[in-house]
Amino acid sequence: MDRLLNVTTGVSILLLILVLGSLRRAHIRVEYSVSWVLAGVALLVLSRNRALLEAMGRTMGLVDAPVALLMVAGAVFLLMFFRFSVIISHLRDDNIALAQRVAILEYHLRSLQSSHGD
Amino acid sequence: MTPPKTSDALLVIVPAYNEAGAIAGVVADIRQHVPGVPVLVIDDGSVDQTAHAARAAGAEVLPLPHHLGLGGCVQAGYKLAFELGFEYVIRVDGDGQHDARDIPRVLEELRTSGCEMVIGSRFLTPGAGHTGVVRRLGIWFFRMVLRPILGKPVRDPTSGFVGVNRRALQVFSVSFPLEYPEIETLVVLQRRRFRFAEVPCKMRPRVAGRSSITALKSLYYITHVLLGVFVNILKYEGRLRRPVESGPERGD
Repeated sequence: MDRLLNVTTGVSILLLILVLGSLRRAHIRVEYSVSWVLAGVALLVLSRNRALLEAMGRTMGLVDAPVALLMVAGAVFLLMFFRFSVIISHLRDDNIALAQRVAILEYHLRSLQSSHGD
Repeated sequence: MTPPKTSDALLVIVPAYNEAGAIAGVVADIRQHVPGVPVLVIDDGSVDQTAHAARAAGAEVLPLPHHLGLGGCVQAGYKLAFELGFEYVIRVDGDGQHDARDIPRVLEELRTSGCEMVIGSRFLTPGAGHTGVVRRLGIWFFRMVLRPILGKPVRDPTSGFVGVNRRALQVFSVSFPLEYPEIETLVVLQRRRFRFAEVPCKMRPRVAGRSSITALKSLYYITHVLLGVFVNILKYEGRLRRPVESGPERGD
């Protein structure tokens, strides 16, 4: 159990370093890093605070506390993936609308240029 | 292309992606059978000479900055047609499968029936369609799915030979399915209580290129379209309440 919690601690620290490093290099925008930072901190706190973890396991009806940790982590990441799917869908819609608008504006511009050229 | 001078002007749009081998013939065919009608080729980010060939054949070209897929491509044409003030738009595929001689029939039906959409159907005339067994099975399946939703039978729900009037243009320029739009648009129209009709048309073998729906993609196609159909049914009420907004339809 301790080994698993140590691994989880290592993973959460790695995640935080990765996210903060990406933020520093501007590879990720602040608004999209908040979820990852929160998830990393939550994982770190739960993996280092056995009392809290066991209380959470009891609440969830699980005898094994690390299983509760894994379940929570899985649920958090699923929610985050869903959130990012929503964001990507918005971006794709915006991208398509923008591409269409650019094409139509370019078309109008060319029409204007050719009518002035006549 | 300038805004039309008459109130019932027609625009023929041709979505095209890497159709350099066929597009000149398609444009020439349209110009021959509906002379004086502007032809707009929407080049969906082709990497070949589609745009050049279309211009050389006498079409106006709307070049998209990158590949959007069929729905995004057709919607760009609808948006431009709506902005310019066209009353009718007929879509003809860029692969040469549709016969431009059928365009006047679609237009006549649009003008006289009052329907918002007219579909050029391969299956109203025996032997007029060139479709394989698997595709026929798929079309039959979607006929069965759509029958109770639309409240009337549709013979050729996957036809890309489609005419719309300005009321439908207004809807489609705001909301249009992005991939495989033919079937979903029927549901979008039905949800708004718009009407459609079918007229017979001929289908020719492709002049060049390949169909975007290969055998491997068929399963994805069926799942995607089914999901799109049911999502469109489910979001009907919300859409009616929502004010007009720009951008393509979500979830496609």
